[in-house]
Amino acid sequence: MAALYDRYSAIVYSVALRVLGDTGVAEDILQEVFLQLWRNPGLFDASRGNLAPWLAVIARNRAIDALRKRRPETDVEEVFVSVEPDLAGEAERSRTMEKVRSVLGQMPAPQRTAVEMAYFQGMTHTEIAEKTGEPLGTIKTRIRSALLALRKSVLA
Amino acid sequence: MNGHEQFADDLALYAMNALQGDERLALEKHLSECAACRRELEQLRGDTALLAFTTAGPRPPQRSKQRLMDAIAKEPRGNQAKEEAHVSPWWSAMRWVLAAALILMGALLSRQNNQLNEEILALQKQSIEQQADLVRAKEIVATLTAPDAQVVAVVKANTPPQPQGKAIYVRDRSSLIFIANNMPVPPPQKAYELWVIPKTGAPIPAGVFKPDTHGSATVINPPLPAGTEAKAFAITMEPEEGSATPTMPILMMGAGE
Repeated sequence: MAALYDRYSAIVYSVALRVLGDTGVAEDILQEVFLQLWRNPGLFDASRGNLAPWLAVIARNRAIDALRKRRPETDVEEVFVSVEPDLAGEAERSRTMEKVRSVLGQMPAPQRTAVEMAYFQGMTHTEIAEKTGEPLGTIKTRIRSALLALRKSVLA
Repeated sequence: MNGHEQFADDLALYAMNALQGDERLALEKHLSECAACRRELEQLRGDTALLAFTTAGPRPPQRSKQRLMDAIAKEPRGNQAKEEAHVSPWWSAMRWVLAAALILMGALLSRQNNQLNEEILALQKQSIEQQADLVRAKEIVATLTAPDAQVVAVVKANTPPQPQGKAIYVRDRSSLIFIANNMPVPPPQKAYELWVIPKTGAPIPAGVFKPDTHGSATVINPPLPAGTEAKAFAITMEPEEGSATPTMPILMMGAGE
């Protein structure tokens, strides 16, 4: 567990910190995510993806739950994450991160804002539509096409 | 995703837990029936993980690791305490019954264990004796077959050395040891062949041999039919590969008593 922590704690912590903006709560999320993995290693199904993206998704979901002060919405046992490039190595993660940052940087601002509101602020599409004044359908389409653009960039 | 386009945008929101209300319920119903959409959901979650990676940079403080390790160290005790708190009276009674059964089983196993230990000791003793026999047998065979063994025929003084052989045969074990001395070197492509002459039936081949430079040779336990009663042993000259029937003349022969 110490080795897993050394390898993946930064990603879990940084995503929680980005969502919450509070180092103390981010540490709590970090603790919770790794303890869950320790208590039940079977939660993570290696045949369905690798550990780094799974931890990132779990950490983000728990952080959003904490942000919105709600009970965990998604059971971790149900979360399967599939990422095409192998993100187990730090070098591969670093390269992928650069590509994703580049794609985000080139994205039209309303699209980037919509996807960040949904992902890092945990807002629903209705809330985003209200806040931005855009139609619901537009928000939905922007978010999906943003995710597909990220996928395409790392597969290229 | 063909035929699922109405859910395509919703899937992306669902992957972020950003879909609510009726749309969420409708999508969850569809997901329970559609493997293609479940796979796409996994992909979309992977795509969201890519977003998470863009945050990489800050590292947790060192105390976080220690805190986690401390929590892990306490974890097993925490689980036990939780289980204790939920013990039912039925289970409590059952535990005493199980404990008694385990004690009884322990006593039986202990007795069985003692018997097995005694058997093991007896087998060990037997094994040691057999190993000693084996060592003695190997020493005998090694002496008989050693290329540097000095084989000397002891005969009456002033008698010129004569070819001679000694066959030692145990019928019940089909075991035959033959030792020869002073044997002349056979012609090229020829060798001596030993025969067992049974009380009834044709001679049985019992091994082909060539003497060493000192004229000595041994044949140890050639393959023989079980229980053959030997009337005599004979030696003929045969091709190197041996023969199925002896070629006359018989060069040497000895009858059993």
